[in-house]
Amino acid sequence: MNQFISSILIGFSQGSIYALMALALVLVFRSTRVVNFAQAGQAMVSTYIGWEVINRTGSYWLAIPIAALGGAILAVIVQNFLMRPLSKRTSEGAIAPVANIIVTLGLLGVLHSGAAIIWGSEEKLLTSPVSTNGFKIGENVYPFSATDVLIIITSVIVMLIFAFIFKKTNLGLALRAAAFQPEISRLAGIRVDRVQTIGWAFSGAAGAVAGVLIAPGSYLNPYSLDILLVFGFVAAVIGGLDSLVGAAVGGIVLGLTLSFTSQYVGTALTFVVPFVVLLVVLLLRPNGLLGGRSSRNA
Amino acid sequence: MSTNSPLLHAKGVSISFGGLRALNDVHLQLNHGEVVGVIGPNGAGKTTLFNAICGLVEPDTGSLELDGHKRSWPKPFELADLGIARTLQGVGLFPELTVLENVMIGAQKFAKTGLISAAFGFDVRDEAELRNRSINALEKVFGTTLMHRRTDTLSYPDTKRVAIARALVSEPKILMLDEPAGGLGPRDIEWMNNLIRNLTATMSVLIVEHHMDVVMSVCDRIYVLNFGEVISSGTPDVVRRDPGVIAAYLGTGAK
Repeated sequence: MNQFISSILIGFSQGSIYALMALALVLVFRSTRVVNFAQAGQAMVSTYIGWEVINRTGSYWLAIPIAALGGAILAVIVQNFLMRPLSKRTSEGAIAPVANIIVTLGLLGVLHSGAAIIWGSEEKLLTSPVSTNGFKIGENVYPFSATDVLIIITSVIVMLIFAFIFKKTNLGLALRAAAFQPEISRLAGIRVDRVQTIGWAFSGAAGAVAGVLIAPGSYLNPYSLDILLVFGFVAAVIGGLDSLVGAAVGGIVLGLTLSFTSQYVGTALTFVVPFVVLLVVLLLRPNGLLGGRSSRNA
Repeated sequence: MSTNSPLLHAKGVSISFGGLRALNDVHLQLNHGEVVGVIGPNGAGKTTLFNAICGLVEPDTGSLELDGHKRSWPKPFELADLGIARTLQGVGLFPELTVLENVMIGAQKFAKTGLISAAFGFDVRDEAELRNRSINALEKVFGTTLMHRRTDTLSYPDTKRVAIARALVSEPKILMLDEPAGGLGPRDIEWMNNLIRNLTATMSVLIVEHHMDVVMSVCDRIYVLNFGEVISSGTPDVVRRDPGVIAAYLGTGAK
């Protein structure tokens, strides 16, 4: 019974990180129809920024917002100086569907090597501000720790901020409108280009928070967040690729699946399970768990 | 700024798509408080003319004057600030959003918060003001009861009301209606005609319409397009009797 509960809790904590990464991918996809492979690299660079903050100030709490800001700025640079000019040039012809993919993959490589040059390829440690030891109940130690609580609370706060912006502000309305129908939004007076840039900025911030949250549980090197990209994609697809709520749900579903597999079956299957989940979802509900029109509520 | 100069004056507008001439040396004038119709058979270039004024296509030649001032062809996002609002032929609402949200999108020019500060959530006050303006606009089309419905649950005539409310909420000087009567039954057409006439107290209206009856009963002046050229223009009576117009509409065989 306790193993069951701790599987659920671990599932939620890991899942909320995947959810943030999925959110980052979905924000970019719905605002500009780009599948951003460089998201892992952007999150990685942002996490190094967080590591620098911790190194200089000793404060993990300060590292989260500064990494988020750094991630947002990096995303704005990528979108303004690389992706937008690219999409204007490659909107037609055979290259149109692949140009983005090739360029974001290339950018991921550039960020990998750039980070290795700046920070070296040896692993860095981001120390969690709270204990990473599992909670003890009686004689038993469970894998769920104070750090997991921190991860869940931080992710929930980030998601609530997004929910508030998208549902309750005029900017959120503009973001939704521009994502659904850019041309009509333009006619209605929305500066679609700027709104898309803000979508990227939010995405960069979400990816950065995911990176800073996952780093204490593993080490940080230029490649260590690539696996998060894979999990983020799976979560995003589970959620329908177009829906922010779907991304959050997809992340949690994936987190729970992974956590139960490693608790009850074995960690060897960790890399197989996401793809099994992905296949099942694609075969049964190709538009995601919340597929169809309702998935575009937020 | 003088009220004597026309509100909108487009001259010598020509547009080609590939080898196809969509518009050829077209002129169009809209005066203060006027309702002007642009009619013509399918493919005559009516919507292309609208698209040029709205910056969706750039004319090869031609010039535009607003309020007597010559200016470049506008970009779509500039329209609201220029006092121009437009509805689309396909209605063009966001099915995923509520009626109120759809109308609020048309009110963007009243948002005061810059996008950067808005990104930090500082535009809650904007949201409230835009909401109030949108409710007022919905009142003008008797649509307040629809406010919280998603637009994909509305009847077709109701979507037309919402589309017009979304145009009205920006408080335009020029309202451009693309086929306002298209797909409507006689009762709704009557309602639409009354609405258009009432609007002229505060704005001028430019209509693209297929429906002859609507245009004839509501417009002060009419331009008739055929194969991208203005073949006739004037009051409804003049246009109605023009043999060239009759031929264009009924086909050359009919006399």
